[in-house]
Amino acid sequence: MTIELTHFSAAVVFAIFASIVFGITQRNTPRDMVRYGLYCFAMFVGGVLVAGWAMWLIRR
Amino acid sequence: MANSPTEKSKAPLVTPDATPLTTMAIVAPALGWLIPGAGHLILKRWGRGVLLMLSIVTLFLLGLAMQGHVYKPNGGDILDMLGFVGNLGAGLLYILSRVNDWGPGAIAHATADYGTKFLIVAGLLNFIAAADAYHIAIGKKP
Repeated sequence: MTIELTHFSAAVVFAIFASIVFGITQRNTPRDMVRYGLYCFAMFVGGVLVAGWAMWLIRR
Repeated sequence: MANSPTEKSKAPLVTPDATPLTTMAIVAPALGWLIPGAGHLILKRWGRGVLLMLSIVTLFLLGLAMQGHVYKPNGGDILDMLGFVGNLGAGLLYILSRVNDWGPGAIAHATADYGTKFLIVAGLLNFIAAADAYHIAIGKKP
């Protein structure tokens, strides 16, 4: 089986799973785990969007 | 005399804040490395264990499905060596992929490089999960 994800969907899938692991391992209480996981996800996806727009600006 | 050599030799080798090394402190991270999430499951952290297992195994399988490269033990380029260390973190998944020769050597399409990164990161995340299982086992984390 072969999967071909787009650049963006690959980044989002990566962000989801990495954020889950970061949230569980880096915080002590369930509430903090969820909050930190969501924070990491937002930072991952936000970073991708910022980097994408930065590259678009550089290319112009 | 308080500081005589005889008194010093009688002092305990373990400092008060040192944590005792229990069987579980060895078994949990080792099992967690071999099977992602199993370190937490053996410590009865069911929810965390299942989520870690799902995340790491899915990331690894997606990496394989995206035709990512599985590194072999090597002594050449530093990035190849680090790639091998990252892959090795996936434990049994890495062993299975090597035995079955999964993960092609040459990248076939543009996004396959993402697959390679997925495989490496799955292993690195599993190292973090194993370390977390150790911290739970020694009582540093609830």
